[in-house]
Amino acid sequence: MGLLIGMRQLGRDLASQKLRTFLTAFGIVWGTAAISLLLAFGEGFHKQILVNSAGLGENIVIAFPSLTSIPFEGLGKGRRILVDEEDIDLVEKGLAGISGEYADTFKLLYNTRTLPVDVSGVRPVFGDLRNLIPQEGGRFVNALDELDKRRVIFLGNELAKEIFGSTEPVGKTVMLLGSPFTVVGVLKEKTQDSSYSGRDKDKAFVPGSTFRALTGAKYVDNLIFKATGTDATEGLKADVIRVLAGRHRFDPSDKEALQMWDTTEGFKFIDTFMLAFRAFLGIVGSLTLIVGGIGVSNIMNVVVEERTREIGIKMALGARAGSILRQFMAETMLITIFSGAIGLLLAAAICAVFPEGFREFVGKPVISPSVGLLTAGLLGLIGFLAGYFPARDASRLDPVVAMKL
Amino acid sequence: MSVLPRRRNGEIPATDGVVIRMAGIRKVYDTGKVKVEALRGIDLVVHRGEFVAVVGPSGSGKSTLMNLVGCLDTPTEGGLADARNRRVGFVFQSFNLLPQITAFENVEMPLLFGGVGKRERQARVTELMDRVGLADRMEHRPTELSGGQMQRVAIARALAMNPDVVLADEPTGNLDTSSGGDIMGLFEELWRQGRTLVVITHDMALARRAGRIVEVRDGLILRDEPTGSVATLREARASHG
Repeated sequence: MGLLIGMRQLGRDLASQKLRTFLTAFGIVWGTAAISLLLAFGEGFHKQILVNSAGLGENIVIAFPSLTSIPFEGLGKGRRILVDEEDIDLVEKGLAGISGEYADTFKLLYNTRTLPVDVSGVRPVFGDLRNLIPQEGGRFVNALDELDKRRVIFLGNELAKEIFGSTEPVGKTVMLLGSPFTVVGVLKEKTQDSSYSGRDKDKAFVPGSTFRALTGAKYVDNLIFKATGTDATEGLKADVIRVLAGRHRFDPSDKEALQMWDTTEGFKFIDTFMLAFRAFLGIVGSLTLIVGGIGVSNIMNVVVEERTREIGIKMALGARAGSILRQFMAETMLITIFSGAIGLLLAAAICAVFPEGFREFVGKPVISPSVGLLTAGLLGLIGFLAGYFPARDASRLDPVVAMKL
Repeated sequence: MSVLPRRRNGEIPATDGVVIRMAGIRKVYDTGKVKVEALRGIDLVVHRGEFVAVVGPSGSGKSTLMNLVGCLDTPTEGGLADARNRRVGFVFQSFNLLPQITAFENVEMPLLFGGVGKRERQARVTELMDRVGLADRMEHRPTELSGGQMQRVAIARALAMNPDVVLADEPTGNLDTSSGGDIMGLFEELWRQGRTLVVITHDMALARRAGRIVEVRDGLILRDEPTGSVATLREARASHG
């Protein structure tokens, strides 16, 4: 019965102090929702950056052979450096993978449709390096294709949709450079935040050998390679330059002859950036928590005067100090649990209605319930401590003093 | 009312039992620099069924006296909550009703603290509100009541746990003459029903309606004598037979 009476009194007290209850609850709701959202977006953003960056390929280096900018061993500057398959075979040792890329734009025919397409001739390993994952039922260019100069083609997902609509492309034949090519795979949809020659979803890939045989191309447009580990990248870049510089006689310190885009630098930057970003979120979160805590404790404090009188009256009517304090604790806990839950739900709701369109840039926010609960708990604790001590002091006063305060 | 003390042959139950016994009570307020002797040796015995008015000028020590009697002003210890709940009922000058709950709930509060069951609480509060003439005001909040009505609610609340004695500190202090008179009338009625009452007041005219006047001055009892009201009461009770 004691509990029942306690609950009844609790409900009545909360209802009778609507403003106080509302303000306290609001402080906790706001704090919980704000911090949950902050961390949710931070987490989503981080994941999305990683996904987007991986769209190009993870920890790859892209090298573009171009013109020398420094005279070397009696040769003038401005010489074009031309890299062929022989060069690639020569530097392949010690790398996790390397592929040349021959690129051009051709007319592609299917049924009555004709459209210009950026086509790349590549080695099979290119698919792994550049994260070109085929949709179910398809595959990327393989070693036999390369060896036998097969006329097979791998299509970007947008391109496939443009050519075939809702028809299944794998196994169909398209015309390219006057020759029939069999579609062997379609790119699985991926997000890609950077590129050097258009997005993969709009491109087509054929075996490098086939490309060379049909077009007569001899020199690569660019090279893609990857070290076995991130730490090895710097050394391997130097190795590649040293070997090619020896063969083609250019100064190894010539930055222009073989321009390199090292994406591992981007990943390193992302790591540093995310560390800073998390520190920033942590500071903002802590401040939000402090501000919320101050708000909650302020509200608790503001009502102490009124509470003291109320406690004095109740004591004069025969209430025990223990039951008054227990009620106060129950009150704070109820508000905390209730508001914490609302705050979490609010954050979850905001995440749920967060427009799909933005996800490519900031990712899908991920709510962490433990962070939300921790936040609500902390705010509740602050509010509790802020209200508990004055309430305890009041219950220790002589009722006649408490009533006159 | 089965809960009231039994009467023998309609006699005034003046010797029925001692409700309050104070002997040589002293109270010193130590403010650090100055020590104020509020009570300098009080001897006071109140019997069951008495209606005592404590009078005296401001600062004479009469409020201190009441607070001591009511355990409102002693070092707080565990047992006092029960004493406040069952032994004494309080009526204050400033009513001290909780403003956010209804009159009914205010009267119900001591019963909640006393662990009285719901049905009994309901019946008891209804009866008390009826007795103080506010049966139609039960669901009103204190702010919706007049001063006199608020004090009636406070009196009903003081009676809720059937205390041995009702202590009232300047119950008419915040009321106009007419309402104050009504409240005093209510006290007289409660006295006739056998209640033990100790009322502190400035107003001698009101004090004379009690059965006994104790005058306090400078922390000492100056005068302690019965009024004519006792004879009147005796006649009234005798005529009721």
